[in-house]
Amino acid sequence: MSSTLTWNTYVIVFGALGILALRDRAKAKQAVKIAVKSFFGILPIMLAFIGLIGLLLGLVSPEVIVRYLGQGAGWWATLTAFVLGVVLYIASLVSIPLAASLLRAGASMTTVAAFITGLLMVNTLTLPLEIKHLGKKMALSRNLLNLVFAFAIAIIIGMVLQ
Amino acid sequence: MKPNLAQQTTGGTPQDEPVQKTLKQWLLEYRLVLIVATVDLLIWIFASAQAAPVIHNTWDYLIEMVVILIPVAVLMGLFEVWVPKQLIGKYLGHESGWKGILLALLFGAAPTGPLYVAFPIAAMLLKKGASPLNVIILLNAWAAIKIPQLLVEANFLGPSFMLVRLALTVPSAILMGWLIQKGIERTGGLDIDLVGSENIS
Repeated sequence: MSSTLTWNTYVIVFGALGILALRDRAKAKQAVKIAVKSFFGILPIMLAFIGLIGLLLGLVSPEVIVRYLGQGAGWWATLTAFVLGVVLYIASLVSIPLAASLLRAGASMTTVAAFITGLLMVNTLTLPLEIKHLGKKMALSRNLLNLVFAFAIAIIIGMVLQ
Repeated sequence: MKPNLAQQTTGGTPQDEPVQKTLKQWLLEYRLVLIVATVDLLIWIFASAQAAPVIHNTWDYLIEMVVILIPVAVLMGLFEVWVPKQLIGKYLGHESGWKGILLALLFGAAPTGPLYVAFPIAAMLLKKGASPLNVIILLNAWAAIKIPQLLVEANFLGPSFMLVRLALTVPSAILMGWLIQKGIERTGGLDIDLVGSENIS
């Protein structure tokens, strides 16, 4: 766990808020208001996912996770995780703790990275909306290219950090 | 014409909703949490040996998440009041070069709402003369390298994971923008109506 990093984040973010408060009290108040709103906006889905992670880690033994998602599980596990990432729609702030829980329980780096890059870079669920706003050319080519790049990036992350 | 991103960030609460929510609204909003809590309760009653690790893990992740979520939320608030978004469209044109690319990356990575909020903004930027290169970079950054997400990533998966992924994703995002721009130029322009129809708010 990176507690120094967390501390630095607090210092920087709240330092910036302090500076804003000194310069413009009304704006700082508005920022806090938006912050509270954002926090409680994401809280329901966040709590639900934390509950799911708790269930997953509490009920599924690490041995099982290692067997199906670990180093030995091979390419199929990576490919499955990638496809799941591509088709699912999970907010990244929520999916990253989930991916981390699998990694800590013994899933392989490549598989976890494939899940994350697929999830973040290929936006299947919102594709119809993207086509509506930006046209087929742009939307389809963007997602197709991202599909290729996402897989490549996951493989490289796996090689670098394994 | 400026969209209020913060409103849309907060997961579907309509703009003019009164602050006081009814019990029904609360239950609806937290229905997934309630389902999970019910499952937890059932485990506690019928398989109490399994309950301890479930509660232990849930608690650990709850603390970890809340601790990072607080500065992330404040960051979203700060960005919303500090950065003049209307100006950004001006600097993303075809002649903007590396400056435009950098701005597209930064605006995409800025702590704003979910990706579906970005599509109407991207369409508006295209209409205002932003290049496809910059718009694609903006969308790619918005989807995959958002600052709040990077913070959570560094906390949960480690700074090295975050940095390696970032170092690979940024050049990929730019390269994709360039490829798509070339493709669009060769095939006779965009297949959307840039003159009218699209209205962002």
